[in-house]
Amino acid sequence: MEQTEPRIGVFVCHCGVNIGGFVDVPDVVEYVKTLPNVVHAERNLYTCADDGLAAIRDAIKEHDLNRVIVASCTPRTHAPLFKRTCEEAGLNKYLFEFVNIREHCSWVHMKEPEKATAKAKQLIAMGVAKAALLEPQEEERVPVEPKALVLGGGVAGMTAALSLANQGFETYLVEKEDELGGFVRNLDTLYQTGKDALESITPLIEKVTANKNIHMLTSSTLKDVEGYIGNYEVTIAGDGGETVAKVGAIIVATGAEEYKPAGLYGYGEYENVVTLKEFERMEKEKALPEVKSVAFIQCAGARGQVLEYCSRICCTNAIKSAMKLVGTDAPEAEVTGRRRRRRAVAAPPHETEVTIFNRGITTYGVEHELMYNTARGMGVKFVKYAPENPPEVSKEGDKLVVSYHHETLKMEQTMYPDLIILSTPLVQIPEAEELSKMLKVPLGRDKFFFEAHVKLRPLDFATDGVYLCGTAHAPVFIDEAIYQAYGAASRASIPLANGYVQAEAITAVVDEERCIGCGRCADICPYHAIELAEKEVLLEEITLKIRKSSVNPAVCKGCGTCVVTCPVEAITQRNFTTPQITAAIKVFGGVSVPLEIS
Amino acid sequence: MEPKIVAFCCKWCSSAGADLAGTSRMKYPPNIRIIRVMCSGRIEPSYILRALELGADGVIVTGCHLGDCHYIAGNEQAKKRVEMTTELLETMGIDPRRLRLEWISASEGARFASVMTDFVEEIKELGPSPLGGVS
Repeated sequence: MEQTEPRIGVFVCHCGVNIGGFVDVPDVVEYVKTLPNVVHAERNLYTCADDGLAAIRDAIKEHDLNRVIVASCTPRTHAPLFKRTCEEAGLNKYLFEFVNIREHCSWVHMKEPEKATAKAKQLIAMGVAKAALLEPQEEERVPVEPKALVLGGGVAGMTAALSLANQGFETYLVEKEDELGGFVRNLDTLYQTGKDALESITPLIEKVTANKNIHMLTSSTLKDVEGYIGNYEVTIAGDGGETVAKVGAIIVATGAEEYKPAGLYGYGEYENVVTLKEFERMEKEKALPEVKSVAFIQCAGARGQVLEYCSRICCTNAIKSAMKLVGTDAPEAEVTGRRRRRRAVAAPPHETEVTIFNRGITTYGVEHELMYNTARGMGVKFVKYAPENPPEVSKEGDKLVVSYHHETLKMEQTMYPDLIILSTPLVQIPEAEELSKMLKVPLGRDKFFFEAHVKLRPLDFATDGVYLCGTAHAPVFIDEAIYQAYGAASRASIPLANGYVQAEAITAVVDEERCIGCGRCADICPYHAIELAEKEVLLEEITLKIRKSSVNPAVCKGCGTCVVTCPVEAITQRNFTTPQITAAIKVFGGVSVPLEIS
Repeated sequence: MEPKIVAFCCKWCSSAGADLAGTSRMKYPPNIRIIRVMCSGRIEPSYILRALELGADGVIVTGCHLGDCHYIAGNEQAKKRVEMTTELLETMGIDPRRLRLEWISASEGARFASVMTDFVEEIKELGPSPLGGVS
C-alpha cells in the first residue's frame, strides 16, 4: 500500500462541561498541535453535534487530512457516527481513531483536573501515534446463497423450515426417521389441550409437505458440511442416494431422546416399570393393562442421581398423565382470589390411585401451576422424597413394592402399585457428538448444543450461519420449541435476506512469504477461520510441497489471538497491528514520535 | 512518586467496564493509560515487556471472565501468556507483581475502579520500576 505522509486532524470535544469542566481543553488542543503529523487541531463544544461533524468534514477538505482523531466519549456510542462523517468527506473510515477522554478520564478524575488534563494529553498522543500508522481498509462482502438447511423434522424443525419457506427461501428439511413429527410421535395426548398428539401436529406436517420451497428429505442424515456462513456445501445421505446442496444458513433442530434409567428403580429388571415415554406409547397403542394403583417417580436419573440437570418438563408431563389415569370426571378446580389461585376441591373416590414421588414439583408458570392444583383436587397424591433417600422398588412374589420414607409423617411406608412410571430427563441424541464436529459448534456440559450467549444470543451458535432451536438445546415444551423455531428462522433469515455478509476489516491476514505452515494459528482459532492449504513450490529443480495458512475473512471475527501465537510474525490483525499498538506503548513511555518501528 | 501504568483492555468487557466506571462517576487514580484491543488474547508478551522497558511501573492485562470470552476462549490464551510472561519477569529479576491479570466484565464498573485503585496502591508500595524507562 502506498504510504503517504500522515496528515492528522484532532478534534477535542468539551462535551459541554462533561469534559471541558474538568479537563483544560484549550490547553490540550495547544499541546496536540505540537505532536508530530498533526496538521490541524481544534476543540468543539459537542463534536457529535451537526456543527462538530461539519467541522470534521470541512477540516478534512481544507487541511487535506488523511487521518482523523476525535477525543471525546466512548467509541461504543459515537464511533459509527464519526466514521460515517469521515466517509462523507471521502476519507476511509478505517483512518479514524477514537480517544476516550470522558469515561476513561474526565468523569473518573473530576477531583484532579490537572492530572486529568495531563492524562488526556497523553491518551491523545498515544492515539495520534497509532493513527499515523492506520491504513485504509476495504470490508469484504461475501455473497450468501439464499437457501437454508434445517436438521430435524420434529415440531421445532418443521416450524423453522416452514417459517423460512414462507419467507421465500428454499429450505432443505432433513429427518432421520421415515416420517416427520419427531418426539411427538411417541406421545398419546398433549398437555393443556388434552388432544391427540399426532392429530395436533398433522396440520403442520401437511403444510410442510405441501410447501414448494421445502425439499423434504426423510430417512436422511447429514453426511458432510464444507464452507462457512452464506456458503455451505452440504451432503445429505438418504435412501435414494446422496443429495448435495448449497445453503447459506443451517438450523439445528435435531431434538432429544429420553434417558433410559437402566439399573434404577428396577427398570429393565421388573415388568411394569416403564419410562414416561414408554407409558405414553402404551396409552397411544391402547396397550395399557388394567391398573388400580400407579406410582410415578420423578427425577429418575436426573438432578445429581446420574445426570446433573433438571429436565424441566417432566413434572408437568407426569401430572398430565396422572390426571388422565385418575379420570376426567374430576371437578373443575375452584378459582379463588385475584391471582387466579385455585383451591383444591375434595375429590370423589377414584378407580385408579396415583402417587407421584417427587423432590419438589417444578410446574413453573401460571398454567402449569394451575394444573398442579387441579391434579391435587382430583386426588393425585404427591409424596416428597429426599435425594439421599429415594424410594426403593422391589418385588414381593409377583407384586411390585415401593418402600419409601414419608417426610411429613416421618414414617417408613410401603405401597403396591401395578405400574411404576419413571420420569427421566431428556438427553442428547447419540448423533450429536459427530454433528457438533461436522458443524464446528460446541456441546455444553450436559451434552446439549451450546448457544453463543446464554442470555443475549440463545438461538445462535458462536459460529455465524448456524442456529439452534428446540430440545437439541435443552428440554422444552412444544410451545417453547415453536417460538424458538420462529426465532431461529428469523435469525437465519437475516443473512439470507441481505444476500451478503460483510466483515468488519479487523480480520487477521497471513503473510504467505513468512508463514512456515506450522498450523498453530489454525489450532488456536476459535472460529475455525484458518485453513492450512498445501501448495507446490518449484525451488530450482525440486518441487516442494509446503503448507501455508490463510484466513477466511468471512469467518474471522478479529480477536487477534492467532497473531500472538504465530512464531514467525506472519499474521497481522488489520487495524490492530503490532506497529500500531507498539507506537502507543512507545508514546506512553515518552519516546518521541515519529519513531522507528522495529 | 506517581507510578505509570498501562492497562490493556478488551473492547467487549474491561474497556466497557471502564466506561461504566466513568458513567457512574467512580474515582480511581489517574495513573492508568488504557490501550484497547479486541480481545485479551491479542496481548503479546512483547507488548508487556516493551511497556515495562519503556518506563511502565506496572502493566495490567484485563479480559472477560473465564468462560465468558467474547471470542470463546481468547482469555484463556491471555492467561497462559501472562503466566509465561510472569515467569520471564521473575527470571529477569523484576518483581512479578508489576504484572497483573484481572477479569473485569462490562457490568463491573465498580470492580474496574477498585482493581485499578488497588493496583496503583500496590505499585506505589513497590516503588519505581528498576528499569526506569528511557525518558
